[in-house]
Amino acid sequence: MSSQLLTYIFVGLSFALYIGIAIWSRASSTNEFYVAGKGVNPVANGMATAADWMSAASFISMAGLISFLGKDGAVYLMGWTGGYVLLALLLAPYLRKFGQYTVPDFIGTRYYSKTARLVAVLCLIFISFTYVAGQMRGVGIVFSRFLEVEINVGVIIGMIVVFFYAVLGGMKGITYTQVAQYCVMIFAYLVPAIFISILITGNPIPQLGFGDTLVNSSTYLLNKLDQLSVDLGFNAYTENTKSNIDIFCITAALMFGTAGLPHVIVRFFTVPKVSDARKSAGYALIFIALLYTTAPAVAAFSRVNFIESIQEKSYLDLPDWFKNWENIGLIAWQDKNNDGLINYSAGKPFEGSRPIFSNGSGSQGEREIKNTPIKDNSNEVYIDRDIMVLANPEIAKLPAWVMALVAAGGLAAALSTAAGLLLVISSSISHDLLKKTFMPKINERQELFYARCSAAIAILIAGLFGIYPPAFVAQVVAFAFGLAASTIFPALLLGIFSKRLNKEGAIAGMLAGLMFTASYIIYFKFLFSELDTNSNWLLGISPEGIGFLGMIINFVVAISVSSFSTKPPIEVGQMVDKIRLP
Amino acid sequence: MSPQDYWKANLKLLAVLLSIWFVISFGFGIVLSDFLDQFSLGGFKLGFWFAQQGSIYGFVVLIFIYVFAMRRLEKKINKKEEENE
Repeated sequence: MSSQLLTYIFVGLSFALYIGIAIWSRASSTNEFYVAGKGVNPVANGMATAADWMSAASFISMAGLISFLGKDGAVYLMGWTGGYVLLALLLAPYLRKFGQYTVPDFIGTRYYSKTARLVAVLCLIFISFTYVAGQMRGVGIVFSRFLEVEINVGVIIGMIVVFFYAVLGGMKGITYTQVAQYCVMIFAYLVPAIFISILITGNPIPQLGFGDTLVNSSTYLLNKLDQLSVDLGFNAYTENTKSNIDIFCITAALMFGTAGLPHVIVRFFTVPKVSDARKSAGYALIFIALLYTTAPAVAAFSRVNFIESIQEKSYLDLPDWFKNWENIGLIAWQDKNNDGLINYSAGKPFEGSRPIFSNGSGSQGEREIKNTPIKDNSNEVYIDRDIMVLANPEIAKLPAWVMALVAAGGLAAALSTAAGLLLVISSSISHDLLKKTFMPKINERQELFYARCSAAIAILIAGLFGIYPPAFVAQVVAFAFGLAASTIFPALLLGIFSKRLNKEGAIAGMLAGLMFTASYIIYFKFLFSELDTNSNWLLGISPEGIGFLGMIINFVVAISVSSFSTKPPIEVGQMVDKIRLP
Repeated sequence: MSPQDYWKANLKLLAVLLSIWFVISFGFGIVLSDFLDQFSLGGFKLGFWFAQQGSIYGFVVLIFIYVFAMRRLEKKINKKEEENE
């Protein structure tokens, strides 16, 4: 059976499963639509949270990113897991006890203010759309590489599937589909990782194989990788290149940002009891850790494999995967020294950030590129980091069904996260904007109708992002986490742990965090991207890590403004006392 | 156990667990990581292992310690939680 037919079968079966679950778990009330009737088992919720959390970026891009960053890649590993400790210890149980439907609900009630609720809704919508855009691009990449359909057709198929279970099922449909998607995703991630670990080190557990010796040799994999990297002019794989302060701030911004992301927080509103919210965060992190501890192993394996299978090989002898990815433009080769061999090393191969292909082919039959070569280094290879996980099974020559599985897993990761994000967008529109602010008279049935409408509209907008991807997707990821860390997280934390914090303090804090973080990122990422280097950064903190400083500013402003203005009303104090108890 | 004592016990527990959280990630994984790299754990340099593996295992363990400790505290306060309130 051809690998493409297998991919169609795997992807088709998984989609049929998701739609089947959606029909079985339709939502019939707003309680079911927003929080799945608060009846989700903590283990199932842990799986759903893991699927919700692990996006196309975690599944497709992260290991590739780490394999080029080496030790610095730890910012993503720690940053995207450590936030769950904060969630389980500081937020989830109390917000579950509060017992409403959305994150702005808590902020609006705790700070007795419609303005605070609106600020929270704005941050939430911005954060969530930023994120959705990336998911739809992930869907497009998988479809175009493995199913050879147009990216646009792929995005539309993805939209239809999400439409089915998000609009019909609401949180209930999404939760149970995410459980299925988690299983597909983790299986698809672990199977190739285990295979490759056995091939390279003989150890079937990737987490251990990664620290083991190579097959038929007494050299440790990581020592070999350090050696290879240094030989090719890169930094040693197991050493940092970023400064400690920058690594510290990026990790912190990602951790606190995770704990402030609305689509993650609402998952803990769906369990039956407060103690289940804690337990559920624990299970979620186990399920996430399974992938996140495998990712750095995959990163190291694929780096070794990649270098060894292309370095100083003749273009004519290269394996098919090189040419397949070259065909869709994510790999390119320019024979700078005309020796017909691939020379891979540190340095930029040519001017410009992406290859510009002409229609012709070069002397060895490679796709000709029009970019001017950079002559001061010998590197001839352009590679898009996003392809490492997808190409890994092919590079390691694994059977075709493994590749089909990886395609289905990548789609599961992208679709599950997209659905979770679309749900928080639609519930903040129908619940926070309409029911609680502008149209308080609507009844439950009308609210449910509006919730479904806003989910449908949000899917359309997300689909447009996928078809016409905005060029800034990569830059705005820093934005989503920075804003979540500097606006939503402090407002929630202070709302629970301080009774003195009043609405003036909370609003001033959120606005200060928002303006500081947003202007720093806009300055370096959009206005003056040529200045985006270490020497120009404030205290040596990159835009990716600035959310941490924004968070500290939020805390300082919120607490000082509160201490100079009136105390919050007595009912608020009583409410805080109540959510603190189990 | 009174609600005040319950809350104080909870805050104490949080302080201990969050300190460990900080030490294993920002400490061992980042600030002290280069220093720890002189020791090794199998084929891993120790600092590298904390940064890419160890801290994550630590996070999981911390959450479950909190789950069990809070279960004991909740029993002490002996207050039956109302479901779906």
